[in-house]
Amino acid sequence: MLEALRAVFAAPFLDMASSPTFLVEVLLGGIAAGLMYSLVALGFVLIFKASGVFNFAQGVMVLFSALTLVGLMERGLPVVVALVLTMAVMVVLAFAIERIVLRPLVNQEHIILFMATIGLNFFLEGFGEMLWGANVKRLDVGIPDTSFKVAGVLVNRLEMTAALTAAVLVAVLAVFFQKTRIGRALRAVADDHEAALSVGIPLKTIWVVVWSVAGLVAIVAGVMWGAKSGVQFSLSLIALKALPVLILGGFTSVPGAIAGGLIIGVGEKLGEVYWGPLVGGAIENWFAYVVALVFLLFRPQGLFGERIIERV
Amino acid sequence: MIYREAGQFKTTYSSDQAIFPIVQDKWLAGALVVAAFLVPPLVADEYWLQAVLIPFLIYALAAIGLNLLTGYAGQLSLGTGGFMAVGAYAAFKLTTAFPALNILVVIVLAGVIAALVGVVFGIPSLRIKGFYLAVATLAAQFFLVWLFNKVPWFVNYAASGTITAPPRTVLGVMVTGPQSTAGARYVVALGIVALFALTAKNLVRGRIGRSWMAIRDRDIAAEIIGVRPLRTKLLAFAISSFYCGVAGAEFVFLYLGSAETLAFDITLSFLVLFMIIIGGLGSILGSFLGAAFIVLVPIFLTNAPHMVGLALPVALQKQIELMVFGALIIFFLIVEPHGLARLWQIGKEKLRLWPFPH
Repeated sequence: MLEALRAVFAAPFLDMASSPTFLVEVLLGGIAAGLMYSLVALGFVLIFKASGVFNFAQGVMVLFSALTLVGLMERGLPVVVALVLTMAVMVVLAFAIERIVLRPLVNQEHIILFMATIGLNFFLEGFGEMLWGANVKRLDVGIPDTSFKVAGVLVNRLEMTAALTAAVLVAVLAVFFQKTRIGRALRAVADDHEAALSVGIPLKTIWVVVWSVAGLVAIVAGVMWGAKSGVQFSLSLIALKALPVLILGGFTSVPGAIAGGLIIGVGEKLGEVYWGPLVGGAIENWFAYVVALVFLLFRPQGLFGERIIERV
Repeated sequence: MIYREAGQFKTTYSSDQAIFPIVQDKWLAGALVVAAFLVPPLVADEYWLQAVLIPFLIYALAAIGLNLLTGYAGQLSLGTGGFMAVGAYAAFKLTTAFPALNILVVIVLAGVIAALVGVVFGIPSLRIKGFYLAVATLAAQFFLVWLFNKVPWFVNYAASGTITAPPRTVLGVMVTGPQSTAGARYVVALGIVALFALTAKNLVRGRIGRSWMAIRDRDIAAEIIGVRPLRTKLLAFAISSFYCGVAGAEFVFLYLGSAETLAFDITLSFLVLFMIIIGGLGSILGSFLGAAFIVLVPIFLTNAPHMVGLALPVALQKQIELMVFGALIIFFLIVEPHGLARLWQIGKEKLRLWPFPH
């Protein structure tokens, strides 16, 4: 009994202290993984903020955008042209989704919209596979997946680039929301649809804008994930991993998505490396969800989310 | 106007509250159930029984379980696959530990164990609502599947990591294992489903069902009028997990024969969720209609191109299947959010008055 307690509560920390450079590497790996999760969670937050729809299809949008990019590059187009074309494709997709899925379901309950996005998820999965094929593809954006040493700690080039990209993206989105007219309109719609309508903000245009921006965020996430592990089907399952990130950060908060992603990423890696061997490993599958579950019991709105007020 | 309802007067409350108040309906339902027991084992061939009817019955039972939790009690759950896995592995452990125990008793006991596990994972529902609860149940799904993968005790230390249904008999007829006929398995599955569907129908028409629906619609107001949220929600989780556990045990024992945890992963949870969305949330008939739909659509999509003369490669068929699934879900949600059950109800109402418009 005492052995078990010691193994869970004391030994992992002693392990951590005994090789600090390894600990820093694990932390950096966790931060990098966490930032990748945050990139996906950002797309969720954008759509939820502006339209109250929990877009289950975000993961498959990441996959679809990465597939389109790789497919265009395989056809011989240079990277920049392919990127611009992929952005155009995601904007067209946003138009189509608004017209076909969102507009007919305009006043339905949230659960119905959530289930519609599950249907959309399956549809885009099949569609993407049909267009571009189902085999794993390599995505080469010119950044080598090598490591270099900084102060005795191994740092991966690709992961650093992803981290920088995420930081730049968050900064751009923050400026977009705070300083531009459209950003203000988006925040107004997120606050209160009907009030925004009465002030003259065109709801349908806003929704197309939001889904397009989420599509662009999906492209960034797709490029980063695809460069790291190849563009393959399992990319769409990352949406499921982004759920605990959203719960920790709050469904409506952009900095929350980043904070939640970092906490989940670091927690997962630390848990897997130091506590995983105690139970046989592979706890990454459920660790994030259990953390999110425990968090939910104490703070249901997440770290940065709006307080949930229920009215009878 | 298929038949005349005029002249049927009810003289007691209980006859007024019957599931089929119209006599012709009652006779028709009875005849259908008897026909379901007698006709397919005698007439249908092995393929229809094994690939269509038995999975339909098993999925229908799981769909009823999830419908009780999500459709009637309003607790969105994505852990159906995990609870079915609990039922399957519990049944396997029980029947290998007590081979003399009747397999039907084993299946019911496995359901009870699944119900207990469901209560444990349902405890967060007291604090968490809506999408957040879906994430909590996802934790259940992933954790349970990981547990059955990691701990070899559950598969009796088999090297292959799969559980296999041992041969068992009921009243002298072999119902599980390679010797059993599809007809015998079908009759057992139908018997279990008929009994449990009747129980579920009566549950939702009574006090318990009404307390679930009160919690679903306005949970704070329900609490104010005296519906106890703790008991109601945990009871919903327990009964729903019981049904899913029994369905999971049947899944391995009566349908697949042997299975590993891959059969119970998140795709199964989503499949059952689709069944109740398309069939109709909050409807027992809807669970059956949704299960029939989900079982028949892939078969239709696989065979339709052949019948028209097109030969599509298998991968393309799978992709088209996914696309059609997704498109149909969106279509149903737009056209009739309450699913096939509501369409059936509207059809029945129109048929009562036909050929008159009103």
